[in-house]
Amino acid sequence: MSEDARFGLSRVVTLPGPFALDGGAVLAAVDIAYETYGALNADRSNAVLICHALTGDHHVASDHPRTGKPGWWTRMVGPGRPVDPARHFIVCANVLGSCMGSSGPASVDPATGAPYAMRFPVITLRDMARAQALLMDHLGVPVLLAAVGGSMGGMQVLEWAATYPDRVRSAVVIASAARHSAQNIAFHEVGRQAIMADPNWREGNYYAPGDVAPTAGLAVARMAAHITYLSEAGLTEKFGRRLQARESKSFGFDADFQVESYLRYQGISFTDRFDANSYLYITRAMDYFDLAEEHGGRLANAFAGSATRFCLVSFDSDWLYPTAESRAIVHALNAGGAAASFVELSSPFGHDAFLLDVPELNRVVDGFLRAVEAGGAA
Amino acid sequence: MTALRPDLAIIADNVARGARVLDIGCGGGELMAVLRDRQGADARGIEIDGANVSAAVARGLSVVQGDADTDLSAYPDASFDHAILSQTLQTARRPDRVLDELLRIGRTAFVSFPNFAYWRVRWSLMWGGRMPVTAALPVSWYETQDIHHLTIDDFRAFVAARGIVVEEAWFLAGSRRCSAVQANLLAEHAVFLLRR
Repeated sequence: MSEDARFGLSRVVTLPGPFALDGGAVLAAVDIAYETYGALNADRSNAVLICHALTGDHHVASDHPRTGKPGWWTRMVGPGRPVDPARHFIVCANVLGSCMGSSGPASVDPATGAPYAMRFPVITLRDMARAQALLMDHLGVPVLLAAVGGSMGGMQVLEWAATYPDRVRSAVVIASAARHSAQNIAFHEVGRQAIMADPNWREGNYYAPGDVAPTAGLAVARMAAHITYLSEAGLTEKFGRRLQARESKSFGFDADFQVESYLRYQGISFTDRFDANSYLYITRAMDYFDLAEEHGGRLANAFAGSATRFCLVSFDSDWLYPTAESRAIVHALNAGGAAASFVELSSPFGHDAFLLDVPELNRVVDGFLRAVEAGGAA
Repeated sequence: MTALRPDLAIIADNVARGARVLDIGCGGGELMAVLRDRQGADARGIEIDGANVSAAVARGLSVVQGDADTDLSAYPDASFDHAILSQTLQTARRPDRVLDELLRIGRTAFVSFPNFAYWRVRWSLMWGGRMPVTAALPVSWYETQDIHHLTIDDFRAFVAARGIVVEEAWFLAGSRRCSAVQANLLAEHAVFLLRR
């Protein structure tokens, strides 16, 4: 297996086109950056796809090659974890439209030899899942044991279950939703407008040598989004009204408060690792996401007759994708007769809880995956 | 495997092999696990308490966190062979509506509940003048989740008035059975198998 260049860390595959998109455009070929962990077993039945969130990457359980930071979901994926390379063949791919190695607006358009910028076609969550399915073909995986994801990752998992019901035995959807609500769209629009208001954005054309990226706009977009990933109680506990490295208010507009300093840091450090145009495209894909709309306006249609087993988890302090969104999915699954598990876990950390240390989450996912592997009746 | 509660054991003994079962108020999935492992049933569950749901999902059961009063309407008609409501009827805000849903979703329904006319309960009220705390009703009045106490005769009158058919009924004092005639006085628990 180690001989095979398809497997391992920091892989990139060029999937031959034409790759038709939901929006009507066609990409000639698509690059997908990905990593694999563990080995595909003889009957090719132990593959687990990990789907990442809006700004994530494929380094789910390995140190980031550039920053050296540990993988973004080592609490869920790794030795002794619910998704374990000793048992599973684990794949995590950078989504289509991103900027971590998969094709996106910063990639070179083979037709022009220049970066696509805003000429990159608008993509959807289903396009992302389709690209992942082609990657699975490339890796020789006919059927996934499980697709697992939180937030936007959970949306891709739902797309997998709806688009490829015969290719996914189980779906783990954490802190997610089957559609973007008006509030979700509203927050994303704030972020996009911040980017597009940055004079350096220049209609997305900032890739030439000497150009300056619209980092100020992207940082503000990240600051606004970051608030939605936390909870009011969490922010209060972490920062309260405490001042940042000073005894008293400055009566100016420095980052007097710790929470301001924290957000500014989150915004600026984000611009080191993310492309502003990718942020526009992926947030757009999320805003367009409405699984019911893709299935005749009724969410239950998306899962009718599905043999896939579902496990959904929400967090009580998550106001970005609140429990009601997961419950709507559960009702649709029940209406379609699908085998579903669902629990709302308690955590003070808001939406970000799915990435943090919540032992109950691991216990639930571990038990669920082992039951799927045992192949027991639902 | 620990022994099932007596009312659950009766239900388990009367579920056909391979049946599709919805256990409403399934707790940590004790009955579901037995139905799955012993009878090969396709068991699904609903439970309101998150810790119980986590425990059930962690043992590989398909359990969703939900409320019998509000989360049954999504299930299609006759989608299960049996709907089970064990020791949960008396905690519902609208037991009548929950029962309607049960008989809509399941071809048949198992319903078990503690009998408030059990003689020890009567004794406690009659001679102690206090709300009873017994083996079947172990929690004091101020913290019990039981908000709709009922007796076996109440339930019999209720199903008769609604034209619901009692296919079978079992009455328990501790783990011993008692006769239908004396049940309202001598039984701590009742289990009914119902259909429309």
